[in-house]
Amino acid sequence: MLNSSLTYNVSVSGVFQRNPVAARTESFQPNTANGEEPADLFSEEDSGPAARSSNSPPGYKSSGVHSDDDSDLFAGVLSRNGFYCSFWKLLLFTHSFSLIQLEEDEVKDNFELDVAVTNPEKIGDGMNAYMAYKVSTVTTLPMFRNRTFSVWRRFSDFLGLYEKLSLKHSLNGCIIPPPPEKSVVGMTKVKVGKEDSSSADFVERRRAALERYLQRVVSHPSLLQDPDVREFLERDELPRAVSTQALSGAGFLKMINKASDAVNKMTIKINESDTWFDDKLQEVESEELQLRKLHTVVESLVNHRKELCGNTAVFAKSIAMLGTSEDNTALSRALSQLAEVEDKMEALHQAQAASDFFIFAELLADYIRLLGAVRGCFEQRMKAWQRWQESQSTLQKKREAEAKLLWANKPDKLQQAKEEITEWEGKVTQYERDFDRISVTVRKEVLRFEKEKSKDFKSQLVKYLESFLQSQQRLIKFWEAFLPEAKAIA
Amino acid sequence: MMEEDREGLLRVSAHTIRVTEAVRDGDSLTFIVISQKLSGSGEYHVARTHEDFEWLQQCLFSQEEVPGVLGVIFPPLPAKPHLNASTKVLKQLGFLVMGKEWCTYCKALEIYLQQVAANTRLNKNKCLENFLTSSDAPGQQRVRKSIFNRLSQAVEGLRKEGHKDVDDFFQTERDNNFTLTGCSKSATERFLDVVLTEQKLAVACGHLSTCLHLCVEQRDDGTAQAFSQICVKLSEVVDLMKKNFENVAENNLSTLGLGLDLETRYQEAKKEMLYRRTCKLVELETASKNAERAKPIRKAAMDDLKMKSEKEFDQISGVAKQEIARFHSVHVKLLHQALILWCEKQLETAKETSASYSQHLQAFKDLGE
Repeated sequence: MLNSSLTYNVSVSGVFQRNPVAARTESFQPNTANGEEPADLFSEEDSGPAARSSNSPPGYKSSGVHSDDDSDLFAGVLSRNGFYCSFWKLLLFTHSFSLIQLEEDEVKDNFELDVAVTNPEKIGDGMNAYMAYKVSTVTTLPMFRNRTFSVWRRFSDFLGLYEKLSLKHSLNGCIIPPPPEKSVVGMTKVKVGKEDSSSADFVERRRAALERYLQRVVSHPSLLQDPDVREFLERDELPRAVSTQALSGAGFLKMINKASDAVNKMTIKINESDTWFDDKLQEVESEELQLRKLHTVVESLVNHRKELCGNTAVFAKSIAMLGTSEDNTALSRALSQLAEVEDKMEALHQAQAASDFFIFAELLADYIRLLGAVRGCFEQRMKAWQRWQESQSTLQKKREAEAKLLWANKPDKLQQAKEEITEWEGKVTQYERDFDRISVTVRKEVLRFEKEKSKDFKSQLVKYLESFLQSQQRLIKFWEAFLPEAKAIA
Repeated sequence: MMEEDREGLLRVSAHTIRVTEAVRDGDSLTFIVISQKLSGSGEYHVARTHEDFEWLQQCLFSQEEVPGVLGVIFPPLPAKPHLNASTKVLKQLGFLVMGKEWCTYCKALEIYLQQVAANTRLNKNKCLENFLTSSDAPGQQRVRKSIFNRLSQAVEGLRKEGHKDVDDFFQTERDNNFTLTGCSKSATERFLDVVLTEQKLAVACGHLSTCLHLCVEQRDDGTAQAFSQICVKLSEVVDLMKKNFENVAENNLSTLGLGLDLETRYQEAKKEMLYRRTCKLVELETASKNAERAKPIRKAAMDDLKMKSEKEFDQISGVAKQEIARFHSVHVKLLHQALILWCEKQLETAKETSASYSQHLQAFKDLGE
């Protein structure tokens, strides 16, 4: 709900204060570097900071957009002032609002909900079999019935969730975390009942990916509020999600690329007075390329390590054989010990390769997909702009048609024409506001994404480095245990 | 008798012989051989090529005057190092050519010389003295024809290896040696695969580090800086990983790799000796048969031949027994040393790497705090 004291004169200034008493009027400048806390433009009805609960981010209703009450006030004041006002408003909102929200998010640092995906179980037999995963939630949020609860979900349920969230939120410019990819080969192996390590690997990989996917969904403040998410976490039985065909990895990328092709074909390019969006999109695209390269290199590292595992195991066997053939008992024993050390080292290499893969490679794969989603929300913004532009040209056409009718003096059609003009004027306003809204959201989402990305990378890489250290320390123990054996050979 | 021998003959003490470095001279390598005078009054410094070593080996092979010389287990000389050879040839040479600046190859030559100098049947040869002390390169001198050639020509065409022995001791030795030769060759090759993969991993780490540097962002603001710092710090750790793999591989090949390679070649040398003895046995058995079946005119001559053969065979067997006993202790010692050195070096490397990882991990955790 808009603060009633705020009026849209130029003198209003970007004054965003939590404390309504210390009102300032300055010339319009977004209050960025002063260090003063910008107030929240979209505080709740009973305004004032004290009334704000710490749980739900102020102004963030479930769809993360302005409530409908705002629209009338805006429409009345602004649209009459034409383009300049829109531009000014855009600047106002995109600069300051995003900063406010960012600060809000920083305050709300504690995690009130934890979700885990565990216990993969095969249900059924043959080609109709599927894996069920246990989704467990621990939370202090009041919107849930209990504090801790679990449900069973299958892969298509996760895809279904993504589809629902995508439909609802992507139009707003939200970055919807993409789900793990479908894999026909992997699942077929599991269904057929192959009990080898590759299908166990596949299941573990999928479980971990599903967990990370859910964790990203619930850490997004607006998505967490979505009733579909709540239902996914809480409801015992979910209706089977259908038409999840389009959401394989390839399908997802195709969707994004189709949208970007459409944008490239647009004849009227958006005239960005603020180069932020252009620059940011370029950064996102180049980062995606870099991560892809990185991912390839890490995969080759994983493969070499697996090769080392194999070689070490074979070597261990050959040393064992050499040991048994040796006459000298001390030497024979030392060689057998050596074979055991090599076996342990093989296990170490195996664990390290798993670490390479599950921590580092999957992190990169996740972010490559996420960057695709980020590109997606930029495309959504472009589509919104396009809709607005098209509505403006339609309005123009309607006005021209009206003028013609006036001149041709056809009163009955004139009424209809006037009605259409009013309708389209409304649409123009609507689409303009949609575009502004989505621009704000995209900006905010991207900033949030970048922060999360740094945090995510740091915490995952700390885990990765810790695994190295652990490996090394165990290696030291092996060598220290072997040294006396080697020395004991008379 | 021992003292006399030592005094009159080899003027250097065997265990001080060193091959310190390999100097590249166009397409060939020259090795610096240093040894201490027995009198303790100084050193001999000589430069030798692989041809010179081959000359020495040929000299040793041609010692007809040493009784039962065929029973000697000749220390094996490493194959000629090709500088610009194909990877296939290099792979055959295995560990010896993989070390930094031919270190491992030099060590192998060093052990060869030490073993020759320590063997009382070999170290009285003037050629060895010449090799170690003369400032002139001996490689161009003519060598007497190796006695081995004559023997192998005589019994050509017959499969001797499986020929049953008259002596249980030797039969057992031959059987064991057969197994051990196979095992050690296999172990050496498998270890070579391990080391090659470690080197590949080092290269992959290098690529990863480069890639990470490319991810460093150009922007100035806080979030971009945070991410760039992460990339830079991670690439430092990856560089550390690379160094670790390189060191581990180097340790592997210069200690255990060398040890296994020596083991394999020594077992082969023993096999050759046993084979020579077996050939002599066949010769003896043939001579005996001939002597039995000989017509009276030729009987005396045949008997003579048989006696000669028998004497040689007994000499060889006698020498062989001693050599085998010696061999057992030598090869155990060599492998023993290799294992200890290997373990110590790897332990040291592991500790260094662990300490560095620790530091980097802490620095990483402190990022952006």
